[in-house]
Amino acid sequence: MPDTPSDDTVPDPMSLANARTEWLAAAALPTPDPQLPEWFRELQTRSWRDLVTLPDPKRTDENWRFATLKLSRMDALEPAVAPAESQIAEVLERSEFTPHAAARFVFLNGRPVLTDPGELTGRAGVICLPLREAILTQGELVRAHFMREGAPLGGAKFAALHGAADLDGIFLHVAEGTKVEGAVEIYHWATGENTAVFPHTLIVAEDQADIRVIEYFCSLNPHDATVAVALTDLAAERGGQIEYTALQNWNGHSRHVQINATRVGRDAKARGCFVNLGSRWTRTESLSRMTGTGADSRMLSVNLATGEQEFDQRTLQSHEAERTTSDLLYKNALYDKSRTIFSGLIRVDKGAHFTDAFQTCRNLLGSDEAEANSMPGLEINADEVKCSHGSTSGQISDDEIFYLRARGIPASDARKMITLGFLNQVIDHIEAEEVRDHVHRLVEEKFLNVVE
Amino acid sequence: MTSEPDISRSLVIKDLSVEIDGREILKGFNLTVPKGEVHAIMGPNGTGKSTLAKVLAGHEDYTVTGGQVLMDGIDLLAMSVDERSRAGMFLAFQYPNEIPGVSNANFIRAARQARLPDGEEIDAVAFYKEMYAKMAELEMDKSFTGRSVNEGFSGGEKKRNEILQMMMLDPKYAVLDETDSGLDIDALKVVAQGVNSLRSKDRGFLVITHYQRLLSYIVPDIVHVMWDGRIVRSGGKDLALELEEKGYEWVKEELAA
Repeated sequence: MPDTPSDDTVPDPMSLANARTEWLAAAALPTPDPQLPEWFRELQTRSWRDLVTLPDPKRTDENWRFATLKLSRMDALEPAVAPAESQIAEVLERSEFTPHAAARFVFLNGRPVLTDPGELTGRAGVICLPLREAILTQGELVRAHFMREGAPLGGAKFAALHGAADLDGIFLHVAEGTKVEGAVEIYHWATGENTAVFPHTLIVAEDQADIRVIEYFCSLNPHDATVAVALTDLAAERGGQIEYTALQNWNGHSRHVQINATRVGRDAKARGCFVNLGSRWTRTESLSRMTGTGADSRMLSVNLATGEQEFDQRTLQSHEAERTTSDLLYKNALYDKSRTIFSGLIRVDKGAHFTDAFQTCRNLLGSDEAEANSMPGLEINADEVKCSHGSTSGQISDDEIFYLRARGIPASDARKMITLGFLNQVIDHIEAEEVRDHVHRLVEEKFLNVVE
Repeated sequence: MTSEPDISRSLVIKDLSVEIDGREILKGFNLTVPKGEVHAIMGPNGTGKSTLAKVLAGHEDYTVTGGQVLMDGIDLLAMSVDERSRAGMFLAFQYPNEIPGVSNANFIRAARQARLPDGEEIDAVAFYKEMYAKMAELEMDKSFTGRSVNEGFSGGEKKRNEILQMMMLDPKYAVLDETDSGLDIDALKVVAQGVNSLRSKDRGFLVITHYQRLLSYIVPDIVHVMWDGRIVRSGGKDLALELEEKGYEWVKEELAA
């Protein structure tokens, strides 16, 4: 993979002492926290080395094709400052949890301001902890999954930035046979001009375990241009099930990078859904590795782009074992001068026979000035595979609008209903009912407030 | 029916001329449907029946080049598509569209909501109760409320769904465009029953059909024969039978004579 350092050796921190990166205001290696285990400090040091040595995203890199590169430029990012009491009170007030949330977490500028494991408290088979605490107390469990997959889809430098930064996030481990009702709901808030936050979510589901998680990304105020570089590591071990939803709703000046690595073991199921409503620029990279026979990954995304928003999404469906399934459905509704980029690859390894792999990207253009780019791809090295990929772009059909208007629904409402319907078809795949309803509502809200 | 129709309680189409892509389809079309009556329009394919239906609903592909349409004395052609519907015009589509991701219930609810004054909300419980009752009349399973509008519906299910919408929207005038096409005899009976249940002194119907079969179940007061963009003959319900027996060639020969 281009620009992904293969060197796993740990550099001498001293050799990096004078290293600088334009990406950070404080251009110095963070002081390693001596309380944290050695493997983690080494990971931080390696990340720092990668951050200062890797080049910025560039035009010639296929992984950045069609991207507006200036939006990906990080310049003197500020560390997140500790929030004021009044800000904490405000985010606690504004974090909307569903009535049957299994656990509730709120982060503000990277600090946990609400840690409520709810019904998971003391529950056998469930470990649900802020990441830092998990690293201290569950070291090996975390180490087995934390940032194991790198960032093969172009975002290596962002992953390095994340790895070098201070810890922020949740570790969730569900042991064999444990099914969690309701969803674990996590809010990430940020504030401060050019402030960066680095949420990390690590979820492990063992055999016959079942867990649902939703993360919300929200701005404290409508003007601060914050940057989030979020990483999610999802490991559905043999027979385990994970459903993960990310709802990105930052203000229109902020930028969001999310790098997701999902590993799906034997007979395991993973479902990931990325919903993008807010931000100026969002880049999501989603890797699904089907590593055990019978693994099944559902990859979903819902994007409602307006104004000058750019949503840039790169995916890889990597089939590495026999009889595995992956099914990707990404939908973009575009308005105004917004842009979307979808680049997806299905890769079937030699020996991954009887693979079923599907990839669909659909774009609904609500304006002549909006631009949707799709780059589907296949790389098949096994026999007996069933693969399909397709992308379509089009406008709302006049006949459909006429039909709704002929029932008395005004034209602008008709267009909204049809576009919402188009997006609903992805949202409806979210299994956690309350999460699904909440996503429906937030998408609808953006429609009412922003479109036309 | 011998007395002059009351304009304030009629759908009056006067000298209506319509073209699409520069081709004239309706050529000085005249028809008056008073409330309380069911008029049928029969005619061969390509004679302008569906054009008439779409023009009444306000389809923008068609250009009205002359004439007028008054609904209870109000200028229908001055209204937009959705305004016409809210004012009481209903078109049951020959080929209803599929709207993926929009549930049937939400669709009908939005149509009802559009009829309420600003700030007033539909009573959801009463709405569902009413809809379920009407679905039962049409022998439609309750699951159709949650399914996407017409998506994956059979031909018959789509037509029942059109009639369900008509029942829920309670129009002043209903135009049924080839509602019998794609229906088997059982579905046809159910659909006809639904239409008949809505017949009242306060509602007019215009039933457009190619075949007489539908008119055995929705018995019209007047039958019109349409030919080349005009009505060329009108009569009682027996005219439909005569047409069925003699075929449209008969009309053509009579016109030539």
